[in-house]
Amino acid sequence: MILGFLNLTWPVFADALALGGIYALMAVGIGLVFGVLRLVNFAYGQLIMAGAFALAYGAQWGLPNWVSILFCFGVVLALSVLMDRLVFRPLRTHSPAVMLVATFAVAFLLQNIALLAFGSLGKTAGALAQLQAPWDIGGVFIRKIAIIAITTAAGCLALLQLLLTRTPVGLHMRAAAMDFRTARILGVRANRVIGVAVLLSGLLAAVSAVLLTVEQTQVTYTFALPETIVVLAGVVVGGLNRPVPATLGGFAIGFAYGLLGGILPTNQSQYLNSFIFAAVIVVLLVRPSGLFTRAGGSVERV
Amino acid sequence: MTQLAVEKLSVRYGAVEAVRGLSLEVRPGEIVGLIGPNGAGKSSTLQAIMGSAPVTGGDVKLDGRSIVGRRPEDVARRGVALVPEGRRIFGELTVEENLRLGLAARRKRGNGAGIIRAYDLFPVLLESRSRHAGFLSGGQQQQLAIGRALAADPDVLLLDEPSLGLAPKIVDVVFGALRQISDSGLAVLLVEQRAQRTVALADRSYVLANGELRLTLGPDDAGDTDRLVAAYLA
Repeated sequence: MILGFLNLTWPVFADALALGGIYALMAVGIGLVFGVLRLVNFAYGQLIMAGAFALAYGAQWGLPNWVSILFCFGVVLALSVLMDRLVFRPLRTHSPAVMLVATFAVAFLLQNIALLAFGSLGKTAGALAQLQAPWDIGGVFIRKIAIIAITTAAGCLALLQLLLTRTPVGLHMRAAAMDFRTARILGVRANRVIGVAVLLSGLLAAVSAVLLTVEQTQVTYTFALPETIVVLAGVVVGGLNRPVPATLGGFAIGFAYGLLGGILPTNQSQYLNSFIFAAVIVVLLVRPSGLFTRAGGSVERV
Repeated sequence: MTQLAVEKLSVRYGAVEAVRGLSLEVRPGEIVGLIGPNGAGKSSTLQAIMGSAPVTGGDVKLDGRSIVGRRPEDVARRGVALVPEGRRIFGELTVEENLRLGLAARRKRGNGAGIIRAYDLFPVLLESRSRHAGFLSGGQQQQLAIGRALAADPDVLLLDEPSLGLAPKIVDVVFGALRQISDSGLAVLLVEQRAQRTVALADRSYVLANGELRLTLGPDDAGDTDRLVAAYLA
């Protein structure tokens, strides 16, 4: 027990950290594409759903877990690249509103394809469910998935940070996110930078799919949809146009979700969504440019 | 050695014809000035060469090969570097990162000889290499923008009003550097508002008004204020 008067125990804390980590990965995945395309990809959750179905089929076909996971990565990456080629690239020069609506369309399209193909009950991806079992860490029982999710998220974020700060393509991506026009004049290839961002975003979606299916073994066409909406709220709360604040926002909202879900009695935690989104509205009223961005950021109102 | 040729170039934004049938040539080791009042089409010309303005007629050639219709990044990768109006440095990146960004357009693999050249030309950049570029003074930022354009070892250097907002002493530094750059064999096309100084520096200067070429001036005409004024008012 950390705080005796609430039900806050180490396992609950670890689960909350893990959820925060997964949401942070999703936030980065959404943020990377937003950085170079100024596009909020509402179809991000459907990428994760596709990955989860790949895992479910892998389990059904009796594939070894590592092959299933590779299959999941392949499906999500292929779908990401297709999305870029068929939707983002042709619409890139259009207004952000057009692109936004286009991603809504893609999201509903993929959802309905999943509904038609896999039915409303979906499939079971139970192969990794044994990771819900706890590890005994000095007398405290922490679920394996919590430890794995926390270390995976931290590892992915650290690798991404290295890529962005230590490699030429990382430098090009950061520059493109700040001023794409000037970056291109300097020789930064637009298609390459966007392609890399889409690929990285897809990788993170695949990782999220693997981590999420451990908990939610029943994969349906709405898989990852509620999570995506919450993460988008977190990203907006953190500050959409800055990568670190967006990640922090995603982490914070996931952590809060996990923590409140763990310590509140069930009859209260069913209102959790309402609480979280009320908090989002308050934050946006007080700090429109995001919770973690420097104050005084100019937001123009009409 | 590469030379830049603009042939009967026209640029149009909607109903506005920004450049009409402009022809000019810049040879290696040469500075060509492009002056004229606001809205004369100077910046549009540079942007059309770079591939970021709509060309509606004419041609832009590098060593006789057309580059019209290519993407800006491809034009940069063919050895044309632009120092954009307003410098456009990346304030949140360090000075060195800005210079490394300039390497994006380099044609040969190398570990940054171009960056060393930029530091040689502008020692102040070396002193502040790990500072955020946003903290530099206007003059230092301009030097960074030129150094960044040179990092990829281009053949043609385009500059859009590099002296804008700079103190006279800094303008001396920048213009001195341009002479050094062209002496090393680059073709330099300089768009400027400071007409007299540009005419004095350049091997040849073209006066542009309403998108059309009005007058060609040599360095000796720099003292001939009457001719300059007449060209602007024409």
